[in-house]
Amino acid sequence: MDLQIALLLGQDGITNGAIYALLSFALVLVFAVTRVIYIPQGEFVAYGALTLASFQAGKTPGTLWLLIGAGLVVAMVDLSQALRSRTARRIPRILAWNLVYPAVAAAIVFLLKPGELPLLAQIILALVLVVPLGPMIYRLAYQPLAEASVLVLLIVSVAVHLAMTGLGLLFFGAEGSRTPAFSDASFDLGILTVSGQTAWVLGASLFLIVVLYLFFERTIYGKALRATAMNRTGARLMGISTVMAGKLSFLLAALIGTFSGVLIAPITTIYYDTGFLIGLKGFVGAIVGGLGSYPMAAAGAILVGLLEAYSSFWASAFKEVIVFTVIIPVLIWLSLTTRHVEEEE
Amino acid sequence: MSDVQPVLEVEDLCVAYGKVEALHHVGLRVGEGQIVTVIGPNGAGKTTMLSAIMGLLPHTKGGIRFLGHDVGDSEVEQMVARGITLVPESRALFGEMSVEDNLLLGAFMRRRLGFHDHENTMAEVFAIFPRLKERRNQYAGTLSGGERQMLAVGRALMAKPKLLMLDEPSLGLAPLIVKEIFRVIANLKSTGVSILLVEQNARAALRVADYGYVLETGELALEGPSGVLLDDPKVVESYLGLGGKH
Repeated sequence: MDLQIALLLGQDGITNGAIYALLSFALVLVFAVTRVIYIPQGEFVAYGALTLASFQAGKTPGTLWLLIGAGLVVAMVDLSQALRSRTARRIPRILAWNLVYPAVAAAIVFLLKPGELPLLAQIILALVLVVPLGPMIYRLAYQPLAEASVLVLLIVSVAVHLAMTGLGLLFFGAEGSRTPAFSDASFDLGILTVSGQTAWVLGASLFLIVVLYLFFERTIYGKALRATAMNRTGARLMGISTVMAGKLSFLLAALIGTFSGVLIAPITTIYYDTGFLIGLKGFVGAIVGGLGSYPMAAAGAILVGLLEAYSSFWASAFKEVIVFTVIIPVLIWLSLTTRHVEEEE
Repeated sequence: MSDVQPVLEVEDLCVAYGKVEALHHVGLRVGEGQIVTVIGPNGAGKTTMLSAIMGLLPHTKGGIRFLGHDVGDSEVEQMVARGITLVPESRALFGEMSVEDNLLLGAFMRRRLGFHDHENTMAEVFAIFPRLKERRNQYAGTLSGGERQMLAVGRALMAKPKLLMLDEPSLGLAPLIVKEIFRVIANLKSTGVSILLVEQNARAALRVADYGYVLETGELALEGPSGVLLDDPKVVESYLGLGGKH
C-alpha cells in the first residue's frame, strides 16, 4: 500500500465514519432519553435513500402510503384515548399531525411530480415523508411500554426493525438504488483527490452536528431532553412529560437517519436492508464511546469508518467481521472499568 | 383553619405497594397562604403521601382536590401545570447542567403555558438565594449539600407554584444551613405561596408552620395548630426529645 492508497482509504473511512457518527448520536440520544436501543435507526437511512431514489425514478415512494397508514392508526389510538380521558382540546392537534399532514404531503407528491424537481426539493420532500414516521413509531410501539425494562424495549426494537425491513422490501423491491452525486466537482489536495460528494457528506455532517449542539445547549426543548436523560423523575416534576421527550428524541433520530441516508445514497448502493448494517456500525461507534457521551461516540464512529476502509483493503472478505469484532475488547474493557449502575426507578 | 380558603384537600387517601398498604385513610388540608407541616418518624409514609398527591404514585382510594378541582387522576405534568411543585427528598437536580439551566427548566411548564417571565422570576430567586447567583455557571453536581437544596427550592419557585411541597428539606444538612433553609421557608409565606412541608425535624417544622399533622405508620395520629402541637406532651415525648424548648 502506498501513500496515495492509504490517503484514499482514509478519505473513505472518514466519510463513512461521519455518517456513522451521526447515527451514533441518534442512538445515544434515544437511549439516554427513553432507554430504547434503537435498532430500526438504520431503516431510516434506507428509507431516506430509497425514497429519494424513487422520486428520481419518477415513482411514488411506498413511504408515502406508510406515512398515511401510520398516521391513521396513530390518530385512531390517540382519539380513542382523548375521548376516554375527555381531553377534547387535544383533538385538533391529533387530527392535524396524523391526518392532515400526511394528506398534504400526498397532495404535494402527486401535484408537483417530484421527478422533475431540483435535487434540493426532492431531498426536502424525502425528509417530509420519512421523518414523521419516527414519532409515530414511538407512539405505537414504545409509548405504551415506557415503563418496561431495557430488555423488553430491545425486543420491541427487533420487531420494529423486522417489520420496517419487510415493508422496505414491499415498497422498494429487492434491487438496490444509487442516486446521482450532489455535485460533480472534485478538489485536488496534493496527491489526494477529494470528491465533491465527500465534501458534501463531511460538510453536511458537521453542519448537522453544530445544529444539534446548538439545539441541546441553547433551546429550552434541547435542555428538557438532556434533563430527561439525566433525571427522569426530576424532569417530570418540572412538567417535562416523558411522552413528549420520547417523541422529540424519536423525531430527531428519524431526522438524523433520513438525512444520513440522503447523504450516503450517492456513495453506496442502498438496498431495502442495507440500513441495518449501516445502523449497526453507528451502534458499534456508540458502544465504543460507552453509549453515553456524544464526542466519544463520534470518535468511536470515525474509528469504525477507518477500520472498515482499511480492512476492506487488506482483508475485504473479513471487513464486517473485523468491524464488529472491535465491540468485544471494548465491552470487556468497559465491563472491567465501569462501575455497574442499577437501573433507575 | 376553617376561615381560610383551602388550596389542597386530601380525603381518605390510601396507597399500597402491592398488597402492603403504606398509607391508610389520610386526610389533610392546606389553606391559602398557609404553611402546613406533616411530621413523623422515618418510614411513616410521608414521602409516599407526597408522591401520591403529586401523581407519581397511584392511590388505591381517596380524593385529592386542588383549588376546588378534582385532580385525583391527574398525571404529574398536569399537576405542575395546575400550580403544584414538589421538591423531592433526593432533590432530583440535573447534575451535569449549570445552576442557571436548572432554574430555567424549573420554568419549563410556565413557558409552555405561554408565560415568559422567567427572567424576572430568576432575579427573584437569586434575591432569595444570593449563593445561587454566584454559582450560576457552575454544574449543579458540583454544589455543596446546602446549595443543592437551595437550587432545588429555587428551581421549584421558578414555576411560580400556588402550592409548594417540600420533602425533608433539612435532610443531611449542617445545622447552620438548616436554619437558613427554614428562614427562607418562613419568608416565602409573605409571597403568598402555600406550603406543605414534610419533615423529620419536628421542632423546626412546627416553628415555621401554622398547622401540623403527625403521621405514624401510614396513619394520621394527631393534628392541630402548631403552637398546640409544640406543647402537646405526646409530641414533646416522641418528636421533640427531652431537650425541651431551646
